[in-house]
Parts: sequence; structure tokens; C-alpha cells
Amino acid sequence: MAMQSEAISLPPRSSFRLDAFPLLPTLILVSITLIGVFAELFAPHNPELGSLAARFRPPAWVAGGSADHLLGTDHLGRDVLSRLIFGARVSIMVGFTAVIFAGAIGTLLGIISGYLGGWVDQVIMRVTDTWLALPALSFAIFLTAIVGPSEMNIVIILALVYWTRYARVIRGEVLSLKEREFVRLAIVAGCSKWTIMRRHILPNVLNSAIVLGTLMLGVVVVTEAALSFLGVGVPPPKPAWGLMLADGKKGMMVGYWWLTVFPGICIMLMVLSANLLGDWLRVKLDPQLRQL
Amino acid sequence: MTNYIVRRLSYSLISLLLLSLTIFLFVRVTGDPTTLLLEPGASQADIDAIRQQFGLDQPLWVQYWHFMLSVLKGDFGNSFYYRTPVLELYLSRLPNSLLLALAAMVFSLLIGIPSGIMAAVRVGGFWDSAGKVFSLLGLSLPSFWVGLVLILLFSVSLGWLPSSGSGTVWHLLMPAFALGWYFAAAHMRLTRSSMLEVLGSEYIKLARLKGLPETLVIAKHAFKNALIPVLTLAGINLVIMINVAVVVETVFAWPGIGRLLYEGITFRDFPVVQAVVLLGGTMIVVVNLLIDILYALIDPRIRLER
Repeated sequence: MAMQSEAISLPPRSSFRLDAFPLLPTLILVSITLIGVFAELFAPHNPELGSLAARFRPPAWVAGGSADHLLGTDHLGRDVLSRLIFGARVSIMVGFTAVIFAGAIGTLLGIISGYLGGWVDQVIMRVTDTWLALPALSFAIFLTAIVGPSEMNIVIILALVYWTRYARVIRGEVLSLKEREFVRLAIVAGCSKWTIMRRHILPNVLNSAIVLGTLMLGVVVVTEAALSFLGVGVPPPKPAWGLMLADGKKGMMVGYWWLTVFPGICIMLMVLSANLLGDWLRVKLDPQLRQL
Repeated sequence: MTNYIVRRLSYSLISLLLLSLTIFLFVRVTGDPTTLLLEPGASQADIDAIRQQFGLDQPLWVQYWHFMLSVLKGDFGNSFYYRTPVLELYLSRLPNSLLLALAAMVFSLLIGIPSGIMAAVRVGGFWDSAGKVFSLLGLSLPSFWVGLVLILLFSVSLGWLPSSGSGTVWHLLMPAFALGWYFAAAHMRLTRSSMLEVLGSEYIKLARLKGLPETLVIAKHAFKNALIPVLTLAGINLVIMINVAVVVETVFAWPGIGRLLYEGITFRDFPVVQAVVLLGGTMIVVVNLLIDILYALIDPRIRLER
């Protein structure tokens, strides 16, 4: 009993052991990135070309499979492994650029809102609150319905949907930063508002932005996959993991499980890794965010 | 109190105004709204009718005024596909979404609360680690993939459950699990931290000093108080569940609002898409307002602040 009560009084986060560097997740993320960037070198086949004669081949280790198509083929006879490899490129491209765009907009508006205060703050925060209330996926679907799906549009749409997450947090940080001594000194020294925001505030919120960005990477990748799955994401025949899942669904009821299982595992690995790395970064870089 | 409610209410009204303005502007600014609001191949008479209804030749703010008037009357236009008013469609699907959300909520609480308590009572122990893995998986596995794997397992391999449709309890099980999965992890995390906070408080120490058995301390004294924030979150999450089930409902062909949205994009039925987004956002703004007012009623510190 006594030991238990002692254990209970430990701070909540301590048992999570997030201080250990997440080696495996980092390796996975780096590998997915490299595989995506150098997809041509890794993929054994053309991801968009298949032969109808080789439709629905199972993975190599299942009866009927061949070493030529390690993870089998889909309904058009395209090599699943090659499509996964090129799909990594789509996820990486959309994921990273959307996170960076959203981060740039959110951080900028968060700094302006927090530092200037007054009506500027009111306007930006009311818009942020409103957009936060919109269900992210529905909002994204609405936007694709207007502008039409393409890889570039998806990036812009995801940035438009997710910048609010940054703006909220960054604004909160700026509110406490601007009361700090060094900012007051900069004001006394006659720095302009823009100089202070750029030189003194921005460098101090970058850590939080990076932590948030890593955590958002998982969210963005899942949203992109969901959009592609629904048919409003990356247009076919380009291989995207979500699109592969949607295609896989067609062969699922007759037992072509590999078309569903493998793309899902790829999405899961990437999201899980981003979350683990993000959690670790949060503890390492940003003590203030630990309580989130 | 009244002051607080009035202020909170005005914030929500501003949010709703901005919400409609956002939707309105995105549709107007990105091109000719007639291409979105009219089906391909519409006659010149139809085009003129829409131009007339929304006054598309007039300045933006006049158009917005017309748009708001329609929306406030509950007129979201007619569905191209179903040929019926969009609001009617929406309301006919709402009960299904609510049913699915309730089932998913029951599931997520049944999993989330006990596992959160176990994790909090034995911090650093086996259950805590298991809970940590579970919550990470819950937050990382996309719900639609969970749904597809469930179908592979229970419909294709085992043949126990129907893979799609609605009507019986059996149809409800897999979509509820797939939708509730993520929320179970969220509820577990909150239960854990809420329990830990309560277990560290003075009155729990007192209960222990009195010599109450540990199970009684946890079950009777700690559990009840730790549950309050979890149930609040569950209230908000129920509304969120109704609005994020797009992919799960699509996977299982569950005839709810999410499925309606999916049909909207597949059939290029723009009025449906617009209404689902607008009503979804409205629902969440209203729930946030209700929760805030409820909290202010319970906790005087909130309503007296500023």
C-alpha cells in the first residue's frame, strides 16, 4: 500500500519515459522519406502500369504468388510494392509541404495576434475559433468540391484547414513572451513592432511550431489518406496510400486482403512514428507544451 | 452571470456569422457559383433562376444577405441527386448518425474509463504501459483502416458480421468500434490524468488515513470526481462523432450524415456538401456554447473572470 501511494504521487508524465530518444520511429520516418524521394531506385515495377493478365496476384509467400511481385498485384495487375513506394512520395510531399504551409500561416497569424492584441487579435482569434469548429475532414471535402482535387490543391486545402491549430498555441506563447524582460528592453531600445516580432518573438516560438508540426504530420497524412480514400484527394492513377485502400476495398470481399492490409500498415507506421517523435520533441524542446 | 452568458452568446453569434461568411466567400471567390449550385447541363432558365435567387449580379454583401436569409429560413437549396430539399435529407439522416455516435460513445467509454483507471492506479505498471500502447495506437490508426480490417476479419474470414448496411444491432457493431476506437484512446488518456489528479488530493489522503480499503477509496471517492471532466469531454465528443464519421460511414455504407456528404461529393451534389459543412460547424459552435454556460453555472470562478 505504502509503495502504491508513493507511485501515485509521481508526476503524470514520468512513467511515459518520453525522454528516451525514439530511435525506431525516427528511422522509420527517415526511411519513408528516403524511399519516397528515391522511389525510382527502389520500385521494382512501374507503379502506374500493370498487365491485366497478372491481376490480383497474392504476395510472394502465399500460394499462387511469385517473387516478381513481392506484395502481390491489384485489380489492374499493378505491383503493390511499387505503388506503396511511390505512394510514400505522395504522403511525404503532401504531408511535409502542408505542415510547413499551415505552420507558416498559423505561426505568422499567431504572432501578430498575440503581439499586437486589440482588434487585430479579436479578428484573428474569432476566425481561428470559427474555423476550429468546422470538422476538419468535412471542411477539406467542401474545399475540394469547390477547387477540384489535385496534389497541389490538397496541400493548399490542408494548410487552410490546419493553420488554426498553430495560431491558437503560438498566440498563447506570444502573450507570455511579450511580458518578458528582453522584449520590454527591445521596446525601450526603440525597435519597431515588426523587428521585435521577427527578431525577438519568432525565434522563441519556433520550437513550439516545430513540435506542433511533427504532431500535425500524422494528422495531415491521415487526412490526405482519407480524402484520397473518398476519391477527392490525389487523383488516380497516381499511387496514394488512401487511394490504394479505396481500390483495395473492391477486392476485399473476395479475400484479396493484401490490397487493404499493406497500405494501411504504411499509413500507420508513418503516423505512429510522427506521433512518437513529436511526443519526444515536445518534452525535449518545449517544457511549456508538456501540459497539453 | 447574465453578463457572462451575454458575452459568451455574442461570441457564438459572431462565430456563426463568420462560419456562414467563410462558406459563402469560398463559394463566391473561387469562381462562378452557378457552376457549383447548378447541375451540369442546366437550362438557361435554371441559370437565370439561380442568378435571380441569389442576386449574383449584385454586390457581394447583397448576395450574402440573400444567402443568409435563405439559410435562416432553413432553405439550403434542393439536392441535384435526390430532387428534395437538402434540409429534409439532412434531418432524415441525422437519427442514423446519432445512433452510430451513441453506440461508438458507449464503446469508447466502456474501454476508455476502466483502462484509464487501471493505468492511473498502477502508474508505471503493466496496465499503464498497455494503456500507453493502446492510446498511441488509437490516436495513430486511421478509423477507416480499422474499419476495413474489421470487415476482413469478421465479415470475410469469419463471416460473423454483415460488412455493410444498417437495420440490426449486428450492423452497428463494427462501425461503432471503428468510430469509437480513436475516442476510446482520448477518453482513456483523460480518465488517467483526471484520476491521477484526484488521487493526489487531500480528501483521498484523508480517506486512506481513515483506513478505508484501497478499492473503496478508488471506486467510491476518487472515481466519481475523476469522471466529471471525462463526461464533459464525452458530451462534446458525441457531437464531434456525428460530424467526423464520413469515412467510417462510407466504409460500412451506414446511411448517416457522413454518408450523405460522401454521396454529395460523388454525385457532384454541391448544395448537400455545403449544407453538411455549415450545419456541422453550427452544431459544434452551439455545443461549445452550451458546455461553457453549463460550466459557468457550476463553477463561479469562470463567470466572474474579467
